[in-house]
Amino acid sequence: MKFLRLVLANLGRHKLRTLLTTASVALALFLFATLRTVVTTLESAAQFGSARRLVTTNATGIVFVLPLAYANKLRAVPGVEAVTWANWFGGRYGDGKRFFAQVAVDPESYLAMYPEISLPEDQKQAFLRERSSAIVGRRLLDVFGWRLGQDVTIQGTIFSGDWTFTIRGVYTPTDPVINDDMLLFRHDYLEERIGRPGIAGWYVLRIDKPDNAAVVAKTIDDQFRNSSSPSKTGTEQAFNASFATMWGNVSLLMGTIGMAVVFAILLVSANAMMMNARERTGEVAVLKTIGFSDRRLFGLVMLEAGVMTITGAVIGLGGAKLLYKATNFNAAGFLPGFDVTTRTLMIGAGVALLLMLGSGLVPAVRAARLPVVQALRRVE
Amino acid sequence: MALVEIRDVHKTFQRDTQRIEVFTDLTLDIAEGSFTALMGPSGSGKSTLLNLVAGLDKPTSGTVRVAGAEVSAMTAGQLAPWRARHIGFVFQQLNLLPVLTAYQNVELPLLLTRLSRKERDERIRIALGVVGLEDRLDHFPRQLSGGQEQRVAIARAIVADPTLVLLDEPTGQLDARSSQDVLGLLGRLNDEFRKTIIMVTHDARAADQAKTVLHLEKGVLVERQAIAGGATS
Amino acid sequence: MRIPILYNARSVLQRPVSTAFTALGIGLVVAVFIAMLALANGFRVALTRTGSDNNVLVLRRGADSELSSGLGRDAASILASSPHVATGPDGRALASPEVYVLIPLTRLGDDTTALANVVVRGISQSAWDVRNNVRVLEGRRPESGRSEICVGRKIAPRFAHTGVGETLRFAGRDWTVVCHFSAGGSAFESEIWGENEQFMPVFRGEVFQSVSFRLADPAAFEEAKRSLEADKRLTVDVHRESSFYVEQSQLLGRILEILAFFITSIMAVGAVFGAVNTMYAAVQSRSPEIAVLLTLGFHPRSVLASFLVESALIAAVGGVIGGLLALQINGVVTSTTNWASFSEIAFSFMVTPGLLVAGMIFAVVMGLIGGFFPAWRAARLPVVQALR
Repeated sequence: MKFLRLVLANLGRHKLRTLLTTASVALALFLFATLRTVVTTLESAAQFGSARRLVTTNATGIVFVLPLAYANKLRAVPGVEAVTWANWFGGRYGDGKRFFAQVAVDPESYLAMYPEISLPEDQKQAFLRERSSAIVGRRLLDVFGWRLGQDVTIQGTIFSGDWTFTIRGVYTPTDPVINDDMLLFRHDYLEERIGRPGIAGWYVLRIDKPDNAAVVAKTIDDQFRNSSSPSKTGTEQAFNASFATMWGNVSLLMGTIGMAVVFAILLVSANAMMMNARERTGEVAVLKTIGFSDRRLFGLVMLEAGVMTITGAVIGLGGAKLLYKATNFNAAGFLPGFDVTTRTLMIGAGVALLLMLGSGLVPAVRAARLPVVQALRRVE
Repeated sequence: MALVEIRDVHKTFQRDTQRIEVFTDLTLDIAEGSFTALMGPSGSGKSTLLNLVAGLDKPTSGTVRVAGAEVSAMTAGQLAPWRARHIGFVFQQLNLLPVLTAYQNVELPLLLTRLSRKERDERIRIALGVVGLEDRLDHFPRQLSGGQEQRVAIARAIVADPTLVLLDEPTGQLDARSSQDVLGLLGRLNDEFRKTIIMVTHDARAADQAKTVLHLEKGVLVERQAIAGGATS
Repeated sequence: MRIPILYNARSVLQRPVSTAFTALGIGLVVAVFIAMLALANGFRVALTRTGSDNNVLVLRRGADSELSSGLGRDAASILASSPHVATGPDGRALASPEVYVLIPLTRLGDDTTALANVVVRGISQSAWDVRNNVRVLEGRRPESGRSEICVGRKIAPRFAHTGVGETLRFAGRDWTVVCHFSAGGSAFESEIWGENEQFMPVFRGEVFQSVSFRLADPAAFEEAKRSLEADKRLTVDVHRESSFYVEQSQLLGRILEILAFFITSIMAVGAVFGAVNTMYAAVQSRSPEIAVLLTLGFHPRSVLASFLVESALIAAVGGVIGGLLALQINGVVTSTTNWASFSEIAFSFMVTPGLLVAGMIFAVVMGLIGGFFPAWRAARLPVVQALR
């Protein structure tokens, strides 16, 4: 665009001001993208799960267990192809500052239920063979510096005492439904040590057809409704979704802060544009004299605002996307899969346009409306 | 038909509560190819007359015609492109945009045309050549002397080949030597390139360069001098 | 010679819009800063108030929260008969063995998949005395032997069927709400209380989760801890109640604080940039005046100070605006899950005078940083150039 050079020259008049304003916009949009991504990450975690897997928990509450005896009964329900179970261990490793999930599973059936847990065959066999072995997510090796074959000791909280496992496998998730930082050990090892009859924290079932989910769930829950451990069955997605909501109204908090951020930066860029305009009434008059129309001057001022805001947006939004991707950020385990979505980028672009309009509108209208003769008299 | 026809023009300004009448019943013709100097005491309306011709201002009543077009009746939307095509304007100071080089300043009127980059480049070099500053293309205004700045302003005023060149006190801020350069240039523009020039000035020496001198006093045309060789109406 | 502040004040008023924008920008940063720390503060305070220095919480050894703990009846009686436990006016031990479970309830207004895990605490009658900041607001205490519950002040408005006289259903039984209680703004207000003997069969069998008691001698905590933990009949950890709950607040409290600092630092950089722009423009447009001041004999140091003060003043106005904005959120109740105990906790934003002062200081610091280089430039203005 031939007018771009004129606009850039104008912005170059106060390089520092242009730089600082663009940087502010970049920072604001970086922050905006980050805040929104917290919300989208939590929301998308609620989407994880296979349509063919159901989760059965104790209806009384998630902290209550189910009898292991249910396994056979569940297998017998029409539509159920496979059953596995797990217990939340919830121990503390080291100083406990870095949280990660520790779960006791029935090795054979659990790995069959979750093909998303991918690990080399020999490691899998070792896990199936050794009673006190464990498999860990790839990320834990980076976080704690663990190695294959190493012993790790965890302090039990729900199940007291020190628990030592040997790392016999490192898994990589092939789908975000599985976190990359879990420690899975064997259920029979748990049972042996606690010496109590078989209990399951929850069951995971695979059904033959996703459409049958509601029917199967109802059948199961009806069956156990009047027992001492009534069940609540739902899709894996619903189960995951309920965790995300436990944070509370995160989207409101992030949204409000996001608005404050955008507004604050709007003030900065509008101020810069105003300062630019104030110094240039004479030149606007000269341009009008040459024959630049009011409309064209409106456009030039808008373009000036636009160059700063769009450049800032590209840097800020792009920076956020690249940074989080490159560092594989997951907020110390709390926000797995933290990635700036395309939708967030689009909304960010919209915000940049808003900033352009908000900061450029008044100076642009003023420039368009500038009465040449009066302005010239000031020039002379 | 004269190039510029001013007929029965009244112009009044409202400043606070005061009403100032600048022109009453002004009628005037300016011929094509002429070089006219507009002189008179300050407040006589010289600059206002220039603004009327350029379409920067409208008469309270009466008509202003330039090259057959009734400028006084055009809308703002029509005037901008008209001005781009027909008028070249030079002020006393602050003509040039300090952030642009001489080349880029001269280019400004051409940005409003459909000329290609190459075509623009040709015309800019020619214009800067005419004013004798082809070696200062890439200089910023702060790197030029006052006289050189005015010459660049003149180059910009002629680069789009306008119908009229209007100048408001072009030598007002310049020393004797630079004034001489600028005035000589204007003379050449009129003689060699047949540019119609209207120049508002205080400077008697400047007036000498013109072929016709008009004296305005309190908005009334008082005297009309023809200098040998100039065209009159 | 000091340049009069009046000069700065007048000059600032000369460009009202620019000044207002800069102040408002700083104000927003301060508002977010204070609001977020008020959020963290409110959460921490709710938990800090929960425990008393004079009380002790006993859990099974190794358990990091009441949830994962389990104490049998015999352990409970051993603890209750310990000499470290204070006795009430009726001669009974001020000890309360308690059942602690979480039940899923849907918050009013959320869709049905949004669950909150609410704490249900089975208490003994002495609990009302052990915890002396608890008061019944409406209704009467639950009677022994009945399926009656008392709902905490923060739970009642946010969940359905929790009004006095209403029936709430969980764990396969209907429970009548007979009262609401307050607990000094502590985490207990996010709980539902009932009789421990009523809850035991319904929930976890013959096991309590904790025993809370009042120290006979408040100064003798260490003694009590040592003795009880060494007791061969028990495998317990003894915590001072206050420290325990403070510990529970660390995780989320820290997350909120880190979030606060992260967000406001980025915003602050933007606001400082804005201030820099404003002050540079101010210096530029006032160059002739500055030159005059320097010519008159004012020391460049005074010019530097003058502009720094101006920048700080604008920022201070922003600080006031920010504080006023943040105050709007004071007392607003919000809730989240305390991941340390996996339970729902409701608390209010708490804007303290300390936070307001911190916000003000923050604002002034932003102003000083933003104004520094422009002020420096003003002080080093080449006089001749400026006067031309």
